[in-house]
Parts: sequence; structure tokens; C-alpha cells
Amino acid sequence: MAISILVLAEQLRGGISDITYEMLGAGRAIAQALGVPLEAVLLGSGASQLASSLGAADKVFVADNPGLDLAAPEAVAEVVKTLIDKTGAGIVLVGCTNVSLGIGSILAARSQMPLVNFCRAIKVDGGALICTSQLFGGKILSDVKLADGRGIIGVYPGAFPLEQGRSPRTPPTEAIDVPVQPSKVRFKQYIKPETGDVDITKQNVLVAVGRGIQTQDNVQLAEELAQALGGAVCASRPVIDQGWLPLTRQVGKSGMTVKPRVYLAFGISGAPEHWEGMQNSQCIIAVNTDPKAPIFDGAHYGAVTDAVELLPVLTEKVKMRKG
Amino acid sequence: MNIFVVLKMVPDTVEELNVSQDGKSLDSEFLRFKLNDPDEHALEQALILKEKCGGKVTVIALDAPEVDDVLYTALAKGADRAVKIPVSQACLGTKATAKVLSDFFSSGREAVTLDTLVLAGSYAIDDLEGELAPMLAVHLGLPYLGVVSNVAASGPGLVVQKEFAGGLRGEFEVELPAVLGIQSAEKPPRYVPVAKVRAVMKSAKIEELEIPSPTDAVCLDVQRTYKPEAGGRAEIFEGSPEEIADKIVDALAKSGVI
Repeated sequence: MAISILVLAEQLRGGISDITYEMLGAGRAIAQALGVPLEAVLLGSGASQLASSLGAADKVFVADNPGLDLAAPEAVAEVVKTLIDKTGAGIVLVGCTNVSLGIGSILAARSQMPLVNFCRAIKVDGGALICTSQLFGGKILSDVKLADGRGIIGVYPGAFPLEQGRSPRTPPTEAIDVPVQPSKVRFKQYIKPETGDVDITKQNVLVAVGRGIQTQDNVQLAEELAQALGGAVCASRPVIDQGWLPLTRQVGKSGMTVKPRVYLAFGISGAPEHWEGMQNSQCIIAVNTDPKAPIFDGAHYGAVTDAVELLPVLTEKVKMRKG
Repeated sequence: MNIFVVLKMVPDTVEELNVSQDGKSLDSEFLRFKLNDPDEHALEQALILKEKCGGKVTVIALDAPEVDDVLYTALAKGADRAVKIPVSQACLGTKATAKVLSDFFSSGREAVTLDTLVLAGSYAIDDLEGELAPMLAVHLGLPYLGVVSNVAASGPGLVVQKEFAGGLRGEFEVELPAVLGIQSAEKPPRYVPVAKVRAVMKSAKIEELEIPSPTDAVCLDVQRTYKPEAGGRAEIFEGSPEEIADKIVDALAKSGVI
């Protein structure tokens, strides 16, 4: 049985990441159902000041130590492990974000706690927890039972509402002093993306292409539609990895988060990593040959057809309509 | 550099996935397997490193359907050795897989040397724990960094890039020996003609190394496995490309963008 719930708060470049509030909201619901306190831990420079925004927690442990800025996952796991040993926290929530991935796994390998990653929903069932994880690119869900209410849960970004983890109150904090060992993994500097010709986060219309676009030449078809609509072309990871479009056009976990009025997705299956970056678009129109593609579960409109065939036809129709 | 790349087979999600009778796992009868995408990038990154600074690339995989093809393909691409551990990866879970692989390194035949770099995909799509590389790092007592998209040798160690979000990356120094979780290689994975793979199948051999199956594999208690609610929100447009295009144009007009 969990004595408390612990959220590993995440900060990047001096700001608290959204996932932190999402986890606090999710953690609060579990804590309430189990009748246990919700605690958070925040690491790195400026942690003492940033902790004041984590009022959804009953208490925030703070390790305000520059040695923990972008520290190796093993160093962070070590601090969290020390804290678990001290407080008896039974449930630990860690973000499935690029920043925090790896920490939960190291913690699980070092402790006897089970790890459930890629979690999108958590239910309390008596003293047990049922976690719903998203696997196989979003095509399959699995419900996993943590029978004695103990475990490490990797929480998927965007799965829990942010608002429920925000609170105007200032939480009590407790400084923790953990010796930080010299690490064999050392942060040197940030590498900012080269400024592209187009800022895809500022577009009203985005024409997005994925693996289904098939060839580099076909990207031009999307470019023509984007031009007709006065928007820009962006892409999911496979297209960027192929070098068909620059990194500044990537939408998703490692790329940009976009919220255009219309997001047209051509040949994109809608894997969770992509969905994370465009789920808040006002209108999503998806075109994919696979009727079971997860993108159709979240899109507003869809068509099951070949994107490459449809694109030139659509571009012509758009031009005609605009006159 | 002494580079090891851990490869994992996963179901091809392009194919239809069905849940088996027990309602807890995937129906394996019609599953087609392929190499986990980030693992393919890990292999590519290893081959690029070898080309730039010399060394040896060994690919390792547990037993799984179609794994031999993937190991031969890795040899055809330029890996020096391919090792198969005849322990089935099915239902093993990441924790237990990490144990098997760490036993591989302490088997006496293989060892972690000062210039050892172990690469694996940053994550796998088929598994609830999903991150092999950090768990293996713990077993081997080596430093770890994941979501890495660029690796370069620098003096006795490495300089690597880790992805954050919004295109922002961080540059890190990593001392060897180490384990890295690769998100993407600095170049797209290379293509190798089928004829070359066939030739390698005739000339090269996959080594096998017996490792005992872990006895203490604790699996997670899966209650139910299912497909997300079908028919979500999307209103599906049907018809010829012309008809579909007309309906999309209507939707665009409704959204006020044309």
C-alpha cells in the first residue's frame, strides 16, 4: 500500500514543464482515492523558487543544486530512490518526455518496484491501481494492475488535463541535501534549432506529411497545396529522419507543438509521439490508406485513400474555390 | 571502439493487430515482425561511428521470428559479427531481457572493455516497460543517456546530442564505456540490396551463445489488452478522389481558412 504518491517534477531551461502539472493532477486523484498525501520533488538550480508553483502537492521536496541541472538519468534516479527510502512513497509518477525518459527505468532496475510506461489513464480499484498504457504506435491499449498499489508509472504527455494540477496555493517545501557524485554524463550546452524559413507554430494552416507520402518528390505535392492554402508544410518523424524536410518542420515529441486552425495530415498514422505535437489543432483532417490508423480516432474529418493521389486533385479544387 | 548494438524484433504496426483469445496479449498467428525503428537507427549510428573512427560492430538479438534475416541484413550493411541468444524474447519483458543481455557480457566470451559502447533503440513500441537501454546500463554498471540523435568520438569519450522538444537539443559529454539509447542516427538508415544480404547468408554465420533464461522474470499483471474505441470522432469522407476533395474543401471553408 502506498504511503504517499511522489511526482518527479520536470523543469527545462528554468521553467516547469507542462507534464509536471499533468502528473500533479493525475496524482491528486490517486492520492484522494487512496487517502494518502501527494508529494513532489523538484531538482536543479532555482528549484526552491520554482517549487512555489507546485501548490497542487501537499509538500514539495527541493534539491536546489546546480549539479542536478540536466543531470544524467542515473543521478536523478539516485535522488528519487533516496527520497522513496526516506518517505516510503509507493507510487512514483515520472514523465514520458524526452527530458525524463530513462529515469523510471533506472529506478525500476535499481528497486523492486514494477514499471508501467506510456500510461494514459490511471484508475484506483480498492488498494490497487489500474494503469492504461498505449502500445504499438497507439494501436493497442493494455490495462495493467499494480496489485499492492506500488509502482513507477511513466505518464504520457497530454494524457491528463493540465488545469487540475495547477493551484494558487504555495506548498510547504523541504530542502533535501543529497550528495551529487561526479557523473560520467555531463551536459555541455544547448543546441537550438536553426531558424527555418517558416515558423510552423505560427501558421493558420499546416499540411503535414508522413511515411505515406512515399518519396521526397511527393513532398512537393504537399508544398503546392500549402501554397494554395497560404499555409506551410510540416512532417512527422520518418520524413524528417529521411532528410526530406528540415528539423524545423518536425511536429511531435521532439519537434514542435502546433495549434493551427486546420491541420491536414497526409499519410500520417497518428502515433502517440506525433499526436502529442498537434492534438490541440482546431480542426484535424486526416488522409490515410489504413482505415485503422489511430489518427482517425482523434481527427475531425478523415478519408481512407492514397494521399499521393488525392493531393493534386485537392490542390486544384482549393484553387478553384478561391477563384 | 568496441560497439555492440542490441536489436529487437517488434510486430509491424502497418499490419492489422489483433488481440488473442485470452484478451491479454496480441494474437501472434498473423503477426509480421520487423526491426524496432529506433534500433535500426542505433545500428546505423554504430556503422557511421565505425566508418569514422574504426572499431568493430557486433549486433546481438534474442530469438524472435524473422530475426535471422535482420541479423544477416546487419552483417550485409557492415556489422562485423552477429550473435543470437537462443532465449525467446516473447513475453520476457524488458527487465528480464536486460538481465539476459548483461549475462551475455559476463559470459566469459564477451566483456565490457574500456572502449565499449552499447547502443540500443531509445524505446520499443511493444512493451509496457519499453526502455531496454537504461535497464541494461544499470545491470552493467555503466553510464546511460537516452533519446540521443547524434554520436561523435571525442578524445577518449563521446560527444552526443540528446533531443528535448521543439527542436531543442542538448550536447553532452559521455565517458566510455557507456550505454546509449538512440532515437535517430545522424543519417537515415542505409539501404542494402537483397542480393547482398543473400550473399552474406551464404558466406557469413550467425553466432549463437547460450544464456540461461532468467528464472526470476516478474511479468506485469496485464488485465486486458484491447484496441482503442473504434470510430472515434472522425467523420469519414467517401467517394472518388474528386468527391473526397470537394468535401475537404467544404470543411476548409467551414473552418474559415478559404
